[in-house]
Amino acid sequence: MARHTLSVLVEDVPGVLTRVASLFARRAFNIHSLAVGPTEINGISRITVVVDAEGDLLEQVTKQLNKLINVIKIVELMPEASVQRDHILVKVRADAATRLQVTQAADLFRASVVDVSTDSLIIEATGNAEKINALLAVLEPFGIREIAQAGTLAVGRGSKSMSDRALRSVSA
Amino acid sequence: MSNGTTASPSLPAKPANRSKDAAVSSVVEASSLVQGPNNIIAATEMLGSQAIVRSLEELGVKDVFGLPGGAIMPTYDSLMDSTKINHVLVRHEQGSGHAAQGYAMVTGEVGVCIATSGPGATNLVTAIADAHMDSVPMVAITGQVHSAFIGSDAFQEADIVGITMPITKHSFLVTKAEDIPRILASAFHIAATGRPGPVLVDITKDAQQSKMMFSWPPKIDLPGYKTVVRGHNKQVREAAKLIAASSRPVFYVGGGVIKGHAAAELKEFAELVGAPVVTTLQARGAFPDSHELHVGMPGMHGSVSAVTALQQSDLLITLGARFDDRVTGVLHTFAPNAKVIHADIDPAEISKNRTADIPIVGSVKEIIPELTEACRTLFAEAGTPDLDAWWNTIGRLRETYPIGFTATNDGLSAPQNVIQRIGELTGPEAVYVAGVGQHQMWAAQFIKYERPHSWLNSGGLGTMGYSVPAAMGAKVGNPDRVVWAIDGDGCFQMTNQELATCVINNIPIKVAIINNSSLGMVRQWQTLFYDSRYSNTDLNTGHGTARVPDFVKLADAYGCVGLRCERDEDIDATIQQALAINDRPVVIDFVVSRDSMVWPMVPSGVSNDQIQIARGMTPEWEEED
Repeated sequence: MARHTLSVLVEDVPGVLTRVASLFARRAFNIHSLAVGPTEINGISRITVVVDAEGDLLEQVTKQLNKLINVIKIVELMPEASVQRDHILVKVRADAATRLQVTQAADLFRASVVDVSTDSLIIEATGNAEKINALLAVLEPFGIREIAQAGTLAVGRGSKSMSDRALRSVSA
Repeated sequence: MSNGTTASPSLPAKPANRSKDAAVSSVVEASSLVQGPNNIIAATEMLGSQAIVRSLEELGVKDVFGLPGGAIMPTYDSLMDSTKINHVLVRHEQGSGHAAQGYAMVTGEVGVCIATSGPGATNLVTAIADAHMDSVPMVAITGQVHSAFIGSDAFQEADIVGITMPITKHSFLVTKAEDIPRILASAFHIAATGRPGPVLVDITKDAQQSKMMFSWPPKIDLPGYKTVVRGHNKQVREAAKLIAASSRPVFYVGGGVIKGHAAAELKEFAELVGAPVVTTLQARGAFPDSHELHVGMPGMHGSVSAVTALQQSDLLITLGARFDDRVTGVLHTFAPNAKVIHADIDPAEISKNRTADIPIVGSVKEIIPELTEACRTLFAEAGTPDLDAWWNTIGRLRETYPIGFTATNDGLSAPQNVIQRIGELTGPEAVYVAGVGQHQMWAAQFIKYERPHSWLNSGGLGTMGYSVPAAMGAKVGNPDRVVWAIDGDGCFQMTNQELATCVINNIPIKVAIINNSSLGMVRQWQTLFYDSRYSNTDLNTGHGTARVPDFVKLADAYGCVGLRCERDEDIDATIQQALAINDRPVVIDFVVSRDSMVWPMVPSGVSNDQIQIARGMTPEWEEED
């Protein structure tokens, strides 16, 4: 099934994330990842949702999302026309014997070590899904103790802003 | 307590018109999104509960249905002072929800129901889900526990906003009194516009008890809510081209034509094109049954002519319908050679089940006249399509396979006959409200509907128990019309407590219980698909049983007139007797045969091509769902 990244501008009101998430659940749409946060406009949040869906189903997803009163605008971000990033924190087993190997591996992926203890490290990495997966594959032999990963974030390339246009339609 | 800030009105009150006590003054122009006359009311201090009642009054609400409880008591206290709102006290909150639906269905106005928190609110859930499936404009107002107690599992606390999220068009939790006017105005706007639907407004007890400054009209700010009404010009022209080129077109008419008040527009359009018209279960009455272009109801229990017209069509002119599975049968075998024009106000319905060749988003009220004009222009140039061969086929089917029924073998009346006689003796100006099951299908098949808003039933959700409370709401909305609840003995036992409401409030509905002593539709499926093993479908209400309950005695206990009819020769006289009584509800126990079945039938899981007109003319059926 094809993977699609949708950017959804929503009113920042209680329950809006529940509405979006439960819509996916009850229409049996599969969410791969979801990230939510504020935008440059007060009162408007942005949800970046990655879904697995074929053409017709994706159209249904978009139409159903648009029916939610608190949803203002939806844009599909194509991989080639957008920057898409995952963000991860990984706690890896690393003692005096292996610490150097682990930090070198992190360096190769331009990841940073953000916490050190006698027998573990926390590594922070940002990148696309392939890079994150490759990093995890390299760290795996040392022993991954914990992973926290955020949903994909994405912004369209170029000077256009999806929230600019959404705001214009709001004020119209 | 609220800090009492002024809610911002969309237009400031004009100082010249403002009297000292901030009385009603002038009227805002029609562009306001706020329903009702938009009287300008300058800021006036009042309680949140008073603001609820005042907002309803300003929104033009005349009748509401509800039942009080702890968390909504402040509002009921304020409601007592209203001279403009008639509150009907129901006996169960589900009844208030269905009553609001029935009211909305006959008046076209937003129906309103009110309940308390917790169980009061959860009792509304079935009616809210029903309104959602059938696109009924409704606002449900529920009390909620004090905002400080939310999330603490307080007494009678239920997260009704969360519970109803998938079955409402939208919902609001109100915790501040000053938000009440804006949110109620928004709720009515959302419920009534676009594809109509239920909106829940859950109001905490402290919001009802706090002081606030009331002003009117409020400003509705819904940046994510836009409704397209007019059809896209190019799409309309393309649709007209398809119609002009079609040799086997069919009008596939759904409930949207009734919700959109477009029956007159449809008649003009259909007569111009001259194509067969089918009206779905939700659209019965959108086009007159007596019209020569009408070929019946499509779907699982549709007429052979309607089902076959769709199957053999080369063009479906789909107006406010949604390709429901009860209409299409197995989807990929439905109307296999037809192109599809699909006009609907909800873009999400278009190409959801069946891909549309020409999608047109908008209100059928606007789109149908646009299509009519486009076709008129095209026909003037290229001539009206010749549909004679098509009518030869469909007309022959309509004559050969009319909707009919066979006599019973057990000496009891045929239920179809009872329902048909009710329709014939009462006429098309009445309102007919069915429950769910066999009697519902017979009422759709055997009563002749000539006008929109005359047929109410629970189509999408299939809610047993809809009939009596919905008929009650319909009678409140249309007090001058005869309102028949055509109910089953199973359905009736789910909501008949509202007969008390009808008697006390002088709402003289007529209830025809089509009493076959069983859960008839389930029993029919047991006969057909479960080797006549009748698991738990016997209700013991009919002929030769213990008659628990005795419906005549039950009616009598409620203060209704109770009648029983057990013989064919008494049917007409009993109906006439009921029609002559207008000072209180009438309940008729029509004792009918339990073996009568609904025909024609397309069994689940097969193509509509395999429609059967009676049992014995069928292959072996093994699939169901």
